[in-house]
Amino acid sequence: MRDYIIRRFLLMIPTIALIIIVVFLLLRFIPGDIVDLMAAQMGTASSGGEAVVSPEHIRHILGLDVPLPVQFGRWVSGIFTRGDFGNSLWTNKPVIDQILRRIPVTFELGLLAFILAVAIAIPVGIIAAIRQDSWLDYLTRSISILGMSIPGFWLATMVVIFPAVWWGWAPIFKVIPFSEDPLGNLKQFLIPAAILGFAMSGVTVRYLRTTLLEVLRQDYIRTAWAKGLQERVVVVRHALKNAFIPVITILFGQAFIMIGGVVIIETIFNLPGMGRLFIESIFRRDYPIVQSINFILASIGLLFILANDLSYAFLDPRIRYK
Amino acid sequence: MIETAHNQLEAEGQRKRRNALASFVVRLVKEKPLGTVGAIIVLLMLLTAIFANFIAPYHYADIHIKDPLLPPGGTYLLGTDSLGRDVFSRIIYGARLSLYVGLSATLINVILASLIGIPSGYIGGKYDLIVQRMVDALMSIPVLILLITIMSLVGSGVIQVIVVLGVVGSFGLSRLVRSATIAIRENVYFDAARAVGAPTWRVILRHALPNIMPILVITFSIGVAGAILAEASLSFLGVGIPPPYPSWGRMLSLEGRRYMYEAPWLAIWPGVALTTAIYGLNIFGDAVRDLLDPRLRGGAGRFSRATKKSKKAGKTRAEAIELVKIDE
Repeated sequence: MRDYIIRRFLLMIPTIALIIIVVFLLLRFIPGDIVDLMAAQMGTASSGGEAVVSPEHIRHILGLDVPLPVQFGRWVSGIFTRGDFGNSLWTNKPVIDQILRRIPVTFELGLLAFILAVAIAIPVGIIAAIRQDSWLDYLTRSISILGMSIPGFWLATMVVIFPAVWWGWAPIFKVIPFSEDPLGNLKQFLIPAAILGFAMSGVTVRYLRTTLLEVLRQDYIRTAWAKGLQERVVVVRHALKNAFIPVITILFGQAFIMIGGVVIIETIFNLPGMGRLFIESIFRRDYPIVQSINFILASIGLLFILANDLSYAFLDPRIRYK
Repeated sequence: MIETAHNQLEAEGQRKRRNALASFVVRLVKEKPLGTVGAIIVLLMLLTAIFANFIAPYHYADIHIKDPLLPPGGTYLLGTDSLGRDVFSRIIYGARLSLYVGLSATLINVILASLIGIPSGYIGGKYDLIVQRMVDALMSIPVLILLITIMSLVGSGVIQVIVVLGVVGSFGLSRLVRSATIAIRENVYFDAARAVGAPTWRVILRHALPNIMPILVITFSIGVAGAILAEASLSFLGVGIPPPYPSWGRMLSLEGRRYMYEAPWLAIWPGVALTTAIYGLNIFGDAVRDLLDPRLRGGAGRFSRATKKSKKAGKTRAEAIELVKIDE
């Protein structure tokens, strides 16, 4: 087991190296006209109409005027020796500062969505499984497929538009810090998190139901029934324990997928998280930020994938990786 | 004489194929009521897409400059947008665009995934290790983030969306294809093929590919919904389908947001169309999977059997469960 974990960590090294190369090369595909555009805008901004910043100058600032391997070396050594991801093209401030400032918002949104998803999915999944083929089962299953089918961005758009049209209610665009007003902060995050959590719970409910049905047909469950145990004990203590293993692992996968949803939801609700920074930077063509967010999210993604694989080995004693 | 015999055989073969299709439909209706609903939705969407010119009263790009932001009813069934374009017509044409993008992108997905996954699974060894590390690296960037980044670099456009969705989506799928290939790799007919001296490409083409075909069909039928949703998300954010094309996602986009307070119907109908389409494709895809996947046939004991079978393939257990996970 220990060898397996060590090997997995070692295998992460080439993967991270590849991610760095992929992300780095993505930046090199910046179409040239963007540099020209930037030169024009930066020039006019700084000197009132007359362009003083030439495209060559911008290339020099970006470090794009030296050979590729040198650029690559600079970028990589910057990350690993100084934690320096480069500077923003527009503000010329370190990228990492902007990202660090925005991480708490994204983290809170993701965590809240995750908690909500689990809080919905587990009871609903259990009910759907132990009352298989009842109207309750059909209802919960239909709703969970609906949860998977409704695009989060549409649901979020409706939530922003209709209360505004009917009651003049609008989401607050300034983030209330949790330390100042915990309730106000939660109120602000609750709706976006619920929309994310709803989508996530759809998959989890169906997964939990399927695995629970599988477990409920095992012999040892029949034995538990035969002993005359109560339904609650059979389901919770005997069945659920085993059905949980695959469900926990799929939650990691879901958390990974949720990163994409977070980007969209933050943009719609104007939450100043990493996702919104990403979208803003995409439109401003601020590629150092885009590149860094890609790298950071990929590293988080890699950890989720690793956690997913390891949780299998930890939770299911039948699985032993060599 | 030989000619007629040949024709007879041909006719026989055709009848068999037709029977297979007919029995598939019968099983679908009999065993999967929800899947049948999905099939009807998919069929309606297909017909809408094909006959969009006849159903839609206007062209999707027709601008009625005097009638902007009209409410539903009257000349314009679902109202008009800020440029005076008929929302109903745009939604009808949107079905065509969505299916066009969804089907093309998923086809590219499946083909590329086979090109990556089958050799990786069949050849194994160092080749597999290297390919898998590359797939790992690309897969660990969240899909939507990667898609948005690439789309912003290549620029928006219908073809661009199809190619980018097709390529990016294929990495994840290639893992499934790979594990399916590993699961069948040890069968004796592979040894037989190798024994008579068949080269690797031939073994892959004639033996591996046909045997994982059901899995490819399943992944295709499940993948379309995801591709359509991804297109809509990209277009919603403004990096997908450019105007004036009637993308459902674009119709809901942030740019159109300010008009939606005045004309809330703009926010409803494209979303209803999108949700219905994805809902239909999801439940239809599930039913296709259940009917085609032999491991899922039969009654109560099916889940345990599926798990047992895939244990042979060792690590592929996770993927096998992935396939089985959504029962319907």
